[in-house]
Amino acid sequence: MYAYDRHDRMFVHARVEQFRDQAARRLKGELSEDEFKPLRLQNGLYLQLHAYMLRVAIPYGTLDARQMRQLALIARRHDRGFGHFTTRQNIQFNWIKLEEAADALHLLAEVDMHAIQTSGNCIRNVTADAWAGVAPDEIEDPRIWSEIIRQWSTNHPEFSFLPRKFKIAVTGSPADRAAVKVHDIGLRMHRNAAGETGFEVIVGGGLGRTPIIGTTLKDWLPKRDLLSYLEATLRVYNRYGRRDNIYKARIKILVHELGPEKMRDEVEVEFQTIRDGALALPAETIAEIAAHFAPPRYAKQPGFAPAHETLRRTSPGYRRWVETNVVPHREPGYAIVHFSLKPEGGVPGDATAEQMEAVADLAEKHSLGEIRVTHTQNLVLPHVAVEDLPAVWRAAEAVGFATPNLDLVTDIIACPGLDYCSLANARSIPVAQRITRRFADLGRVHEIGPLSIKISGCINACGHHHIGAIGILGVDKQGEEFYQITLGGNAGPEARLGDLLGPAVSADRVVDTVEAVVEAYLAIRAPGEDFLATYARLGLAPFKERAYAPR
Amino acid sequence: MSRKPKGPQAVTANRLGDGAVVYLAETGRWSTRLEEARLLLDAAQADAMLDEAGRDAATRVVGPYLIEVETGDAGPRVASLRERIRATGPTI
Ligand code: SF4
Repeated sequence: MYAYDRHDRMFVHARVEQFRDQAARRLKGELSEDEFKPLRLQNGLYLQLHAYMLRVAIPYGTLDARQMRQLALIARRHDRGFGHFTTRQNIQFNWIKLEEAADALHLLAEVDMHAIQTSGNCIRNVTADAWAGVAPDEIEDPRIWSEIIRQWSTNHPEFSFLPRKFKIAVTGSPADRAAVKVHDIGLRMHRNAAGETGFEVIVGGGLGRTPIIGTTLKDWLPKRDLLSYLEATLRVYNRYGRRDNIYKARIKILVHELGPEKMRDEVEVEFQTIRDGALALPAETIAEIAAHFAPPRYAKQPGFAPAHETLRRTSPGYRRWVETNVVPHREPGYAIVHFSLKPEGGVPGDATAEQMEAVADLAEKHSLGEIRVTHTQNLVLPHVAVEDLPAVWRAAEAVGFATPNLDLVTDIIACPGLDYCSLANARSIPVAQRITRRFADLGRVHEIGPLSIKISGCINACGHHHIGAIGILGVDKQGEEFYQITLGGNAGPEARLGDLLGPAVSADRVVDTVEAVVEAYLAIRAPGEDFLATYARLGLAPFKERAYAPR
Repeated sequence: MSRKPKGPQAVTANRLGDGAVVYLAETGRWSTRLEEARLLLDAAQADAMLDEAGRDAATRVVGPYLIEVETGDAGPRVASLRERIRATGPTI
C-alpha cells in the first residue's frame, strides 16, 4: 500500500489544526455560517437532517487493518457506534458533533487518513476496482494509477474551484468493476495492437439529474501521458464548463453541448501543448509508485486445502457462501472474500464499530492486513488462503457479514435517503430493508440469480439507480413518498441506463412491484438467461404488464 | 415558503454545536422538543420570529426556517414527512 511520507503527514495534521481553529471560531460566533460552511465542506463535514455528517476518503477503496480499527474508534467515540460505506468507496459518519469534528479528523490523521476533497467542486477521491492487484483478469493494478492521480489532484491549485465536482474512476482490467462509464472521467486499461498497455479515456459520463454514458475521447493513451491528458481535459472543462447553472455544470453537459468531436479536438490541442512538459510521467516515477503496490509475498499454499474441502462437502451453508461471496484470486491457493453488508433487514453499507474491528482482526490474521471497500457498499478481504476460508466464514457469520448474496437481488445499493440526507425526497433504506425481507429465502434468491437493485432517495442518484437492473428513485408527490422504477440499467462494460417502467408507485406498492418484476423475469426467462439478458431480449412490455396488473 | 401556510408555524433549525434538530421555544430558548415550540398563528408574526432567530444563527443555530405544524389532542405534529423524520429521527 502507499504509505504517507513525512510531508504528507505534516500537511494532514496541519489541516486538522487549522480546522480546529476554524471550528472554534465558528462556535464562538467569530465566523458566520456563510463564512464557515465552505471551510467545513473542505474538510468533509456536511450538515444533514439530524447532525453533521463526516465523509472520509478511502483512496481507491483500499485500507489496512489499523485504519479500519481507527474508523471503529471514531464510530464509537464520536458517532453512535457505526459508519456507512458509500458507493464512492468512502465512509460516512452520520452523527458527528461540530464540537468534536476536529478530534475525529485528528484520529484520522493518526492513521494517514483525512476528509479532504470529499466535498466541493474539486477532484474527489479516485475510485478503483475493489479487486485491484488480485483479480485474475487484471492487466495492471489500477491503484498505481489511482495513486498517481491522487497525488496530482490533491490540492491542485488550478482545479480547486471547478464548475462542479469531478469524479474519476480507474479499472485495470477489461471487466469494468468500477463503473468507469458513469464517471466524469473513467479510465479503462487495455492493450493496443502492439501489445502495450495504456488507457481508454472515457469522459462525460455521470448519473444524477441528467444521466449520460461517457464518451471515449481517446481509445488508447500511453501511460506516460496520463496526467497530461487529464490536465488537458480538466483545463478545457474548467475554461468552458458552465458556472451559471448548477444543473448544467458537470463535464457531461459540456461534452454534450460541444459534441464529442469538438471536445476531443479542444482537449487534443491542449494536450499537445503540455504533453512533454512537467506532467509527462517518466518510467522511474511510475516504478516508484508501483513499488508501493508490489504484490505481497504470498506464503506458498499446498495444492490441497483439507479444512476447506471437508467443510465444502459437509456444510451446504458454507458451500453456498464460497460459491457466492468468494471469487478466484490470481495467486494459486488464495481467494478474494466478500463480506456482505446487506443482511436481511439491514442498512446497506452500514457497519458497527464491533463489525469493523472484527474485519480488521480478520484482515490481520488472514489477509495480510488489507481490506477493500467495493462501490457496491461491501467489504473485501483481498488475500485469503483457501485453507483459511472456513475460519473466515465462521467469523463473518458471527458478525453478520456472511449473507451469501453477492450480486444477487438482496445485494442492494441504497443511499442514505430521507432518513439522513437533507436533499432527499423519499426514504431509500427502508425500501431496501423491506425488499431484503421479502426476498429472505436464500433458495429463491439464488434461483433468481444475478440482479442488481439500486435505490436513490432523490435525483442526485447517489444510489446509482440508473444503472441498476432494477433502479428505484424516490420522488415526492404532494408530500407522499413515491418511487419511479427503471429496468435494464447496467454499470459494466456494456453500460446502459435503465428505462422507465411506468408511473411511479406508492411506498406501499414499491416492494410488490419489484417482486412482480422479478416474478415476470422468472416466468419468461430462457434457460440460463440472467435478468439483463431477458430484458435485452424482450424489453419492457412483459415486465410492465405484470408490474401494473391489479393484485 | 411558496405556499401560504394553513395552520400555525414554528421556527426550526439545527443546533450549531452538534447539529441536533431544535425548535424555537417561548422566551427565545431553543428546544429539541417539538412540544415546546412556540406556535405562531399569524404569518407576519412568524416572519418576525424568523428574523429574530436569524440573529441566533451567529452562535447558536444553523439555517433557521419556518415549518407548518398541526395541532391536535396529542400535541403538535409537523406536517411534512421530512419534518416528521427530523423531529423523531431516522425511521430505520
Ligand atoms: S441520492 Fe439524494 S437522497 Fe440519496 S444521498 Fe444522494 S442526495 Fe441524498
